[in-house]
Amino acid sequence: MSVLLEEVTVRVPVADGDLLILEPTSLELTERRVALVGPNGAGKSTLARLLNGLALASSGRVLVDGLDPAHQGREVRRKVGFTFTDPAAQLVMPTVAEDVALSLRRTHRNRSEREAAALGVLTRYGLEHLAERSVHGLSGGQRQLLALAGVLATEPDILVADEPTTLLDLRNARMIGDLLLGLPQRLVLVTHDLELAARCDRALLVDDGRVVADGPAQDVVDHYRATT
Amino acid sequence: MSMIGDYRPGATLLHRLPAGVKLLGMLVAAVATVAARGWAASLVALAVAAALLAWSGAGLRVTVKALRGIALVAVLLFAWQTWQHGWPRAVETVGDIVALVLLATVLTATTRVQDILDAITAGLRPLRRVGVDADRVALAFALTIRAIPATLELAVETRQAAQARGLERSLRARLVPFVIRVVARAHETGAALHARGVGDQD
Repeated sequence: MSVLLEEVTVRVPVADGDLLILEPTSLELTERRVALVGPNGAGKSTLARLLNGLALASSGRVLVDGLDPAHQGREVRRKVGFTFTDPAAQLVMPTVAEDVALSLRRTHRNRSEREAAALGVLTRYGLEHLAERSVHGLSGGQRQLLALAGVLATEPDILVADEPTTLLDLRNARMIGDLLLGLPQRLVLVTHDLELAARCDRALLVDDGRVVADGPAQDVVDHYRATT
Repeated sequence: MSMIGDYRPGATLLHRLPAGVKLLGMLVAAVATVAARGWAASLVALAVAAALLAWSGAGLRVTVKALRGIALVAVLLFAWQTWQHGWPRAVETVGDIVALVLLATVLTATTRVQDILDAITAGLRPLRRVGVDADRVALAFALTIRAIPATLELAVETRQAAQARGLERSLRARLVPFVIRVVARAHETGAALHARGVGDQD
């Protein structure tokens, strides 16, 4: 599956005109695990959001497996899952099992099948003992794991994770990082965790709305460290 | 923090009844409670609701939580009605409201939100022919149930942040960040649902 950006820009309206937050960018992502690193406000999340249609290109074209998120958003979202930094906004149902089941409503119309599938997903990610627990009562690591499970339940081909370890302690950050890198899906990982980024196959260093370095992850991470 | 959406597993008849039946029962009870006039009718409704709540096994903690959420409004309303119309009207008005909150607590304590969603979806499916999207309406119900405790959580966090800065008496320091955070959370939740493909047309 190809992920292609052709001369893509993103502008947002501000009081005195438009603000360019992503300069013309052309990329083809073919590696299994790609990291996006760079300072806050550089445009990493915007770049990542383009892949799922959460952000739309102001000019240029994004193609995910030949599909344009601007016009075929539903089809693209079935192929590209997305998780956010703060899992609290993603967990919309009262209990752990119900939240995963929400993701499965489209694919499993029958309730008992859906519940069984949700339990299967929870078991896969070691959350089955929390199935009936309120999402409010979960730890930060458990919430992030549940948010991931809710997205992975739909079996996307690509997972885009926007700073999934930023709010976590060291142990949970390692657990989530190991899980992400071990997924069979392709991964686009926005992160400030440079050790995690270095374990990817490729990294892009984004700064001031531009991709300023692109290559093997360890090389890009070393470059980022040396120039910061 | 949680006020509603607190399912309590159990094996009572109330737990076993289909969610659609309970929703319909809730609707009928609400209409009957409001339609029945007089303070005595309100006390009967209150007694029935309390009995159902006890039968459901929801427990004291859930009941207190549910009532705490409306306590201030109930007290102010009771005082206002007593002053304006006398105690019988006050008992009738506040009794009806408390009875309905208790009935809603019975529903959420004995019914998984997933089951409520399914019942709403099934109930509205015939209306698809006139353009009603049953899945979206059901999702709106679920989000409303989820939004209440989540918004209370934000209110507590915002109040604590104001206190930490010595601004506990400033209404502006509490209200403005609260409104901004609620809107931001709603935006994030919308983006998350969008990203999960929830609500996409089939």
